[in-house]
Amino acid sequence: MTSATSATAGVTGTTTVTSRPARAARRARGALVTAVSLAVLLGLVVVGLTAGEVRVPLPDVLDALLGRATGGSAVVVLQWRLPRVLLAVLLGAALGLSGALFQVVTRNPLGSPDILGFTTGASTGALLVMLGGLSGGAAGAGTGGSGGAVAPASMAATTGGALVGGLATAVLIWLLLVRAGARGPRLVLVGIGTTALLNAVNVLLVTRADERAALRAALWGAGSLNGVAAAWVAPTALAVGVLGVAVVVLARSARVYELGDELSAALGVDTGRFALAAMAVGVALVAVATAVAGPIAFVALAAPQIARRVWRTGTVPFAATALTGAVLLLASDVVAQRLLAPTILPTGLVTICLGGAYLAWALTRHRR
Amino acid sequence: MTLASEMATTTAGRSRELAVAVVGVLVVAGLVAASVLLGAQTLAPAQVWHALASPTGTEADLIVTGVRLPRTLVAVSVGAALAVSGVLLQAVVRNPLAEPGLLGVSAGAGFAVAAGYVLLGLTSYRDTLWLSLVGTVVGVVAVLGLTRAGGGRAGAGVGDGPVRLVLAGVAVAAVLSAATSAVSMLSPRGFAQLARWSAGTFAGRELPVALTTLVAVGLGVVLALALAPGLRLLALGDDTARGLGTRVGLVRGLALLAVVVLCGAATAAAGPVAFVGLVVPQVLRLLLGHDPGRLLRGSLLAGPALVLVADLVARTVIAPAEVSVGVVTAFVGAPVLIALALGHPRRLR
Repeated sequence: MTSATSATAGVTGTTTVTSRPARAARRARGALVTAVSLAVLLGLVVVGLTAGEVRVPLPDVLDALLGRATGGSAVVVLQWRLPRVLLAVLLGAALGLSGALFQVVTRNPLGSPDILGFTTGASTGALLVMLGGLSGGAAGAGTGGSGGAVAPASMAATTGGALVGGLATAVLIWLLLVRAGARGPRLVLVGIGTTALLNAVNVLLVTRADERAALRAALWGAGSLNGVAAAWVAPTALAVGVLGVAVVVLARSARVYELGDELSAALGVDTGRFALAAMAVGVALVAVATAVAGPIAFVALAAPQIARRVWRTGTVPFAATALTGAVLLLASDVVAQRLLAPTILPTGLVTICLGGAYLAWALTRHRR
Repeated sequence: MTLASEMATTTAGRSRELAVAVVGVLVVAGLVAASVLLGAQTLAPAQVWHALASPTGTEADLIVTGVRLPRTLVAVSVGAALAVSGVLLQAVVRNPLAEPGLLGVSAGAGFAVAAGYVLLGLTSYRDTLWLSLVGTVVGVVAVLGLTRAGGGRAGAGVGDGPVRLVLAGVAVAAVLSAATSAVSMLSPRGFAQLARWSAGTFAGRELPVALTTLVAVGLGVVLALALAPGLRLLALGDDTARGLGTRVGLVRGLALLAVVVLCGAATAAAGPVAFVGLVVPQVLRLLLGHDPGRLLRGSLLAGPALVLVADLVARTVIAPAEVSVGVVTAFVGAPVLIALALGHPRRLR
């Protein structure tokens, strides 16, 4: 915890330094902010690996990581905590990037998958797979105490369901808005309406299911890293890695897209094609996160805007957003485990609180 | 507008209101009958008459007085309460999207009830009612405070006007419902009781609960109807209303008090139910125009009609299991919200 607190102190220390407009100074500040954020992330990783119901001292954690320890602490660190920490980092980055893509495409700081309903749509798809029996063991995804018993194949099916659900929602919203041609407040309202509708569908699906499946689905539906298994880390890392490369490819066009439709056309970027590609990648990122951990709200909404403000960039910075998303989700997960210990809260609850607070702050901030 | 034409439209409006009222009464009466007769066991009208006029403790008598009648009364009260709350909120904040569910007011009631159940061990209906009222106040204060905190005209893409209020509602509802879930996880017993309450079904409410709800809602409705002239002037703008002798702050405050009573009582009886307060006034505006008095009176019929239908659907669609009434109203209300967002270019930009 000490490194985390000293790192936060570092953030407050640096914010006053950069008043000179020189490009070198700005770059130095960016590097410093990045270094501090990485330190915060590392601090959170240390907290995530050491703290918990069983306290494992740092030297023991290092021994376990280096393969020098056997027995209790090795199991705790390698089987329980490390997968959870790694998945929080991966999924946080995925959600942040997804939010960044959508906010760029909609040119709206509120145009994130949580507000627009893609996250809820992805869980509708995943729930259909989990409860519809399309694959027997899929409902194990994200349930408490299921351990490593869940086959990767069922994860793939759930991811597929989430992907189809998210894409269907995206198509629906796209059709609704292409007709109206709106990107501003209208988009947000349509998204809120879609979210409410899909939430009702999700509740209906869970109510219809038999009791055991409904309980599992309800636990999953809160958005939690409680039941993640070590076996999920590799496929998740692969998926997020591939999609991350896609984001890197899209990033250049994104900078041009932000200049507006006409300038983009002049600079040779097809805005329609870029928007479609970015939305597809964004939905895929949300789908992966939803399949693994259930619907985790508001990281995608807040991470890009926080990154934009902390790094002081005019546009949404992708790499910084991924880092911010990882920090947000890992921090939320640590809080979820420790806040009401021994009761472990679903991670999604903490992110909802964070996101609601962010939204409230964003609403009150523009006081004139 | 000349005096003659104004009088003509008023008379036309009156006869129109009368027609709507007659149809509305017939529809609500039919739905009440359906609500009492239909269910897991379909009853004959004669059995219901027997239960009401000279009950002798037969099975059908018990079903009518113990189950169907309270349930129907709760549905009627909740429908009227939420629809009237919608009209009041929309008049107070001059925003067609204001609604207890969307604004997070119901989520406030939900949080207070959860905290009371789990932390204080209060689970009787009377406790629920008080907790719900307190929570409704919290929700109203939070969402209005948040909307006001940024000033009327906010910018930078965070949305202003109608959208701003809804976003504030989303923020309040998000935090409060997350807090509700967190609190409910602290005690398994509280969790079970809370689950039963927040399921938002009208099943299992007994006659005393239904009657208390009816009385509380009745008080709120009387207050709302008494405020109708003030709300009409409020629609002209604060300055004009003040110039015409309206005490703007008082009208607003009393209207919010009525919202708290209505919404608190409805939520205590039925759990959080969203979108009734949005859909009913919107539809009534198409039929009756914008007069708050007419909208309030119309809501007394249209609200119960909507919730009675929703309850009938809720108990039949996946019978023998039941789905929450809030889910059914969301299926009606969310598309209305989307249609509103797409349909009013000037009002929502």
